[in-house]
Amino acid sequence: MATEVKTIEPKEPALTRAWNWLTDTQIWKSIFRHGAPVTDRNRVLVMLSNVFLHLHPIRIRKSGVKLRYTWCMGGLSFFLFLVLTFTGLLLMFYYRPTLEYAYSDIVGLREHVPLGIMREMHRWGAHAMVITVWLHMFRVFMTGSYKPPREFNWNVGVIMLVLTLLLSFTGYLLPWDQLAIWAITVGSNMARATPFLGHEGPGAALLAFGDVKLIHAGDDARFALLGGTFVGEGALLRFYVLHCVGLPLAIAVLMAVHFWRVRKDGGISGPL
Amino acid sequence: MKRTLAWLRDAIVSNRVWRSIVRHGYPDTPLDQSLAVFSNFFLHVHPVKVHRHSLRASYTFGLGLMAFYLFLVLVVTGTLLMFYYVPSVERAYADMKDLEFVVSFGIVLRNLHRWAAHGMVAVVFLHMCRVFYTGSYKPPRDFNWVIGVVLLVLTFLLSFTGYLLPWDQLAFWAITVGTSIAGYTPLMGQRLRSFLLGGNQVGQNALLRFYVLHVMLLPLVMTVLIGVHFWRIRKDGGLSRPEGEEHARAA
Amino acid sequence: MHLLKDLVNFLADPRIYFVLAVGMLGVLVWQRNRLASGRVGYGLMAFLTVFFLFGSFDRNFRLIVTKPDNVPIVGLIFVLLFFTWYAMAEAVKNDQRLEVGKPPIEKEEENRVWVWPDLVYTELIALVLCSVILIVWSIFLKAPLEQPANRAATPNPSKAPWYFLGLQEMLVYFDPWLAGVVLPGLIIVGLMAIPYIDMNPKGNGYYTFKERKAEITIFLFGFAVLWVSLIVLGTFLRGPNWNFFGPFEYWDIHKLLPLTNVNLSEYFWVRMLGRGLPTNWAVREFPGILVMIVYLGVLPAVLARGWFKAYYEKMGAARYHVGVFLFLMMMLLPVKMLTRWLFNLKYIVAIHEYFFNI
Repeated sequence: MATEVKTIEPKEPALTRAWNWLTDTQIWKSIFRHGAPVTDRNRVLVMLSNVFLHLHPIRIRKSGVKLRYTWCMGGLSFFLFLVLTFTGLLLMFYYRPTLEYAYSDIVGLREHVPLGIMREMHRWGAHAMVITVWLHMFRVFMTGSYKPPREFNWNVGVIMLVLTLLLSFTGYLLPWDQLAIWAITVGSNMARATPFLGHEGPGAALLAFGDVKLIHAGDDARFALLGGTFVGEGALLRFYVLHCVGLPLAIAVLMAVHFWRVRKDGGISGPL
Repeated sequence: MKRTLAWLRDAIVSNRVWRSIVRHGYPDTPLDQSLAVFSNFFLHVHPVKVHRHSLRASYTFGLGLMAFYLFLVLVVTGTLLMFYYVPSVERAYADMKDLEFVVSFGIVLRNLHRWAAHGMVAVVFLHMCRVFYTGSYKPPRDFNWVIGVVLLVLTFLLSFTGYLLPWDQLAFWAITVGTSIAGYTPLMGQRLRSFLLGGNQVGQNALLRFYVLHVMLLPLVMTVLIGVHFWRIRKDGGLSRPEGEEHARAA
Repeated sequence: MHLLKDLVNFLADPRIYFVLAVGMLGVLVWQRNRLASGRVGYGLMAFLTVFFLFGSFDRNFRLIVTKPDNVPIVGLIFVLLFFTWYAMAEAVKNDQRLEVGKPPIEKEEENRVWVWPDLVYTELIALVLCSVILIVWSIFLKAPLEQPANRAATPNPSKAPWYFLGLQEMLVYFDPWLAGVVLPGLIIVGLMAIPYIDMNPKGNGYYTFKERKAEITIFLFGFAVLWVSLIVLGTFLRGPNWNFFGPFEYWDIHKLLPLTNVNLSEYFWVRMLGRGLPTNWAVREFPGILVMIVYLGVLPAVLARGWFKAYYEKMGAARYHVGVFLFLMMMLLPVKMLTRWLFNLKYIVAIHEYFFNI
């Protein structure tokens, strides 16, 4: 009601009048259901009516906004994930996961594509995310924030830590240079020694019918990981899909659960 | 028997691990029924109670849910298909043939994806019709209708970009025709066309571009908008219904 | 200068390096009240900066530190040390308050503030700063791209991505099935088990050391010493053939180290009893198997009556045994390291027939 009166005030500057007209249209009002968050009422409404902000509570503990307490590492990890999604998406437009093209596409990205800095941002962002996730875990431990009622959320966090490392690991192969294939070779050779499931693991020799081995180089855990007996075409495509879709999907769902639990467990931890 | 089951249930439920994950009892009392919905992340898009009217099958025909479900099916089958497909001109078609003749159940996977995609287009369309016929686009749901229209367009685009990927005659010429239509856009037609194709004709660049749009960019935008769409349903008072306590938007 | 470099090279030897890392943790825990002052924290940062600055005049040092993928680890050293010091300093502050009967600082900050603007703007500022840092970093440091992949040319050393180098370092002491599969699996399980094993209700939601001495010490030992310091070791100090090289040492591919490691079975049968190794693996490895049974099976029960009696009573049998098992599995690494360095012990149990070596 008040705005309506304002719009017919003749002395208001043109910009204010335009603004008032805009915020009074049906389109604007169908999108935003409240005014600017300068009053307490609107500060409540902005959190309640905006889907992107609604994972926040309306008010939080003072220590929750202090660097001293949170180090901001959780938020930064999430932000870096968003950066990685964005830059990764752009990189996908210039990259084909095949033996013939993978390397030359990366070289092309470096030499020909404008804003080839996306690759740097993606790589350093990934390294930074590993570090911020570790530090986030460290902070949560040091403040005892894994204690009841937050036990399960700590577990979700541990799974996300593993997924972060796996995302980084699968991405490591994609440039298809010497650094990449040998790092993945070293890493995936470990799977060969999985107990019972790797062909050089303890117990694998027990799984056999006479001379017929159930677990051999062509069907063990490493084969499943690499889609072959060595780091080759199969591994490249497999890692590519895991890196671009499979793992991000999983981690995105878990992130949502993680944030959800933060709220349901009473927000950022504090002394009881 | 009954006692064994009761004991088993207690053994599973009464420990710290279970209780740290699930915070309520079996949902057979009003309290636990409410808690089940709003302490579970995957259920919290629902309200705790809905009007009996909105459960009537002939009102919604479950079309919105079906569209969402088909989207999930497409995500899962699409992810699996990606493991067998390389978006390069030399490989794409051969990979499709391999899916048919080499990969176990590959052809089933591909069929699931393709028919679910067609199904989704149909269902989304029908959903829009239902919303129109019941007048559910009227205030306060006007903006949600707009989001719905964007989702409809995205569904078409997803289907369109996916069409090119098999790299057969059908795909190639459908996209050639489709993108030449884009070329008739006033003022920026040719620019738009070469932006879509990454060149002057449907070639390697177009294939890669459509691939990334199809597997990443469009699904990502779609997911975000689906989130907003569901959010708005709740904020606009749940499913539309004739009258009663439905509050008009505060002016 | 040379003397200094030689000293650093000497100190970086895995044996001394590891003992130093444990020692540093000990000092941090023991002398925390003194180390909590800002002067110590910033002094530490300044010392590190000076070390890296001066180090970078040395060719070998520069070569290994400025390898693009190693740069984040230099960053990791800084931030990890800083935050370890910082968390301890905050814990000490709260401990001192608790001692005189005041509540922890967090308790006084319990009153609520508006999310908009207080939190939303903090988030925005953090995002902008993070973006700026990332963009600047990306402009000045190129992402590595080596020669095209070539299966015929194995680089020496071939290293896993840096965050797995702790595991690769474990390969020196364990076979891949333990170092690469079982122990990492147990790290994950162990981390997930923490909230269910830790029964101490205190220290929830504020920094404190005094109320959670054991928990924090064990966590820091696992995280800072076993995980991060092994990554630093694997990244900077391991060269061709996974031999040790000091930070100022040239990576000589021909460096040879004598390998005279001996299995426990040989110690027992050949050196102690003076006879040949039995052919049956069960008999041959009987002493090692016994040692492992005692370590994992008997030791927890003994500890429950001795040192860990208080924990056993507080936690209950199930929780205690899971916790001690995980703890002992973690301690397997330092135990194996020590026996390797002191007795050149190769395997405790060595059943090559089934790839089962511990």
